[in-house]
Amino acid sequence: MTSEVETLVTADMQEKRGVWENERVSPPVSESDIRKWGIASYWPEKPPRLFWDTDYANGTRWKGIIAPHDFNPFAWPIERPAGREASGPRTAAGSRGMNGGQVETFGVAMHPGDVITSRTRLKDWNERTTRLGLTLFTETEMEWRNQRGELVKTRISTGIRY
Amino acid sequence: MPINVRFEDVKVGDDMPGWSRTTDFMNWNRYAAVNDEFVYIHMDDAAGRAALNERGAFGMGNLRYTYMLNALREWIGDEADIREVGLQFRAINQKDDTLTVTGKITDKRVEDGENRVFLEMNVVNQEGQPTCPGHAVVVLPNR
Repeated sequence: MTSEVETLVTADMQEKRGVWENERVSPPVSESDIRKWGIASYWPEKPPRLFWDTDYANGTRWKGIIAPHDFNPFAWPIERPAGREASGPRTAAGSRGMNGGQVETFGVAMHPGDVITSRTRLKDWNERTTRLGLTLFTETEMEWRNQRGELVKTRISTGIRY
Repeated sequence: MPINVRFEDVKVGDDMPGWSRTTDFMNWNRYAAVNDEFVYIHMDDAAGRAALNERGAFGMGNLRYTYMLNALREWIGDEADIREVGLQFRAINQKDDTLTVTGKITDKRVEDGENRVFLEMNVVNQEGQPTCPGHAVVVLPNR
């Protein structure tokens, strides 16, 4: 029962607070992946030409196709992050989670051929009792830079565990 | 849509045009496929109910975030830029919901050499229920 657990904050969290880690390098961004991203995220309507029509995109300020701001070049890794596709209902305190939200600040656009480097850190957390029981709100910061070291975006995401 | 709206043409209190999608597994599965986001609560009704959603599987929050970006892009056009977007997930996207992205301008100012327009945003379902309050900052060209 959740009432038996005093805290969901772990020693590992205390140790990792503020420490950049999980550096990853994406495969080169491909035009085809951008096109598919556009089709999926605009479904069932046609996505903007900026995301798939080279001739059109060449005439814009971007001088070519760019990726939508939410495009994820890290999708489909060969090595699967542990626990990502866990199955079955979770009932233990702290084992259930929700996506609380996020704030993304954008720098330069992603273009085909770009290689993105990502790193993350546990920024902060806040624990309190909610209608879900003991609930832990964690803030994780993620930073993406392209192959020229230019900032593509930062994301502060809020994870909720209860 | 190279330039849809210019900095001088918007004012505080203006609404951006609404942008809507009716969502079900066709939208969710396509998004899951490109984002590699295969999570049982978004795929399987039993898993959705086990996660305390009586109606079963439900849509991913990331897709509503995407819809906010799509709405902004459609409004500002291709020569403008999106500088920041944030949101909180407060309600679930149920199957067959019609979601509409809304936005109202709360401020506009020149900052760091950019014409920045600030918006309060949300994604509202067909019952008028706001599901994810948020905000955005876009950069618009001059006239």
